Amino acid sequence: MTAATTLIAWAGPAPPRSRHVPPDVAHLSDEALIALAARGEESALAALYDRYGRVAYGLALRVLRDAALAEDAVQEAFLAVWRSAHRYIPERSKASTWILTFVHRRAVDLVRREERRRADQLTDVDAVLGGIVDEEAWLRLERERVQTALRKLPDQQREAIELAYYGGFTQSELAERLGQPLGTIKSRMFTGLARLRELLTEPDHDPELWQTKRPTT
Amino acid sequence: MADEAAHDLTAAYALDALAADDEQRFEEHLATCERCREELAALRDPVALLAYGVASPAPPPELRARILDAARAERSNVVPIRRRLPAALGAVAAVAATVAIGLGLWAASVSDDLDRERSVVAILADPGAKSIPLEGADGRVVVTGTGEAALVVSGLAAAPKGKTYEIWVAEDGKLLPAGVFDAKRERDVVRLTRPVRAGSGVAVTVENDGGTEAPTSKPIFTAGL
Repeated sequence: MTAATTLIAWAGPAPPRSRHVPPDVAHLSDEALIALAARGEESALAALYDRYGRVAYGLALRVLRDAALAEDAVQEAFLAVWRSAHRYIPERSKASTWILTFVHRRAVDLVRREERRRADQLTDVDAVLGGIVDEEAWLRLERERVQTALRKLPDQQREAIELAYYGGFTQSELAERLGQPLGTIKSRMFTGLARLRELLTEPDHDPELWQTKRPTT
Repeated sequence: MADEAAHDLTAAYALDALAADDEQRFEEHLATCERCREELAALRDPVALLAYGVASPAPPPELRARILDAARAERSNVVPIRRRLPAALGAVAAVAATVAIGLGLWAASVSDDLDRERSVVAILADPGAKSIPLEGADGRVVVTGTGEAALVVSGLAAAPKGKTYEIWVAEDGKLLPAGVFDAKRERDVVRLTRPVRAGSGVAVTVENDGGTEAPTSKPIFTAGL
């Protein structure tokens, strides 16, 4: 690590503050924003959307591969955040994790309802998403970090995790699709996630993945 | 579900990769399995970080306004922040909330009343409780050995304006009122105000706000009837 590099004590990505946010809440932590949202403070929800709306939309688009459905998933997820804000417990989970859990859940619910993915190949995604020129720099760095971690997994573990998380497949569907016993799929997902956790959330484990410039805000 | 069969579902659950029936069984297992709750808590962050692994194009600008408009329209649903609780009660509440989260009830409408929240979680977590699947909706009624019961229902549309959902317990050939609720979440969890005796059933109707003493419409879904 050089002087020019910062080792981030990883507390989740630090998205840049958005220019849309009224100045009175833009400086607040995610946790404080959720507490304000629990009191019905709309500008707090707006600020959370400005921080996580983009990654939420990217995730929903990846799972659903349809812009209108992705918007629906994001909208429902943020409304779920709004309704459930008073139940959020900061000690139990990071705000970003809490919010993105809603988003993924809604996207997967929708993709299963639509059965869209069954007709599509997962590899078509890049075509759908192609030509993104305005992606924010910190998101690109973060994407590279996650993708590097995924590439460090054995192929079969990576495949199981990607098809489950980005494809919305259930473990039983994966077993069938990959022609493997269910137990094999379960153990690939578990071992892969445990390794991913080491790679992404434990800084000592793989310093290479942690030396990243803090996004400018 | 035998414990050994449920232990290895944690990763799939964290990835939202369980079919509805497996998910339900795993959530019931979670309520009684400290090991799986800890394992799940450890997997939540790395799973959420996967969201950053894909390209993030900007959402359409009008989506922001649409979400805020919808939130404004729902403002009445947002309850004031919890009053500060005495330390001891707060600790109990935290345990109940922990179990609720372990159960996957991130978005569930466990009652805002902490006493009721504790008791509904206790019902769901009771290893001796019986689970009766709903007919006509996605979910179940969970009944403990003493008849205490909770309704868990997913994907219910919000009741029409001026209306509410009312729960009924069948007793001696009659339907007796067991509480009202509004469907506002992806998954609603409601504690019944009346015990459900062995062999008895539950029905839910749509009634005028505030509920009635006897059902005025056909049940939209039932359990065990």
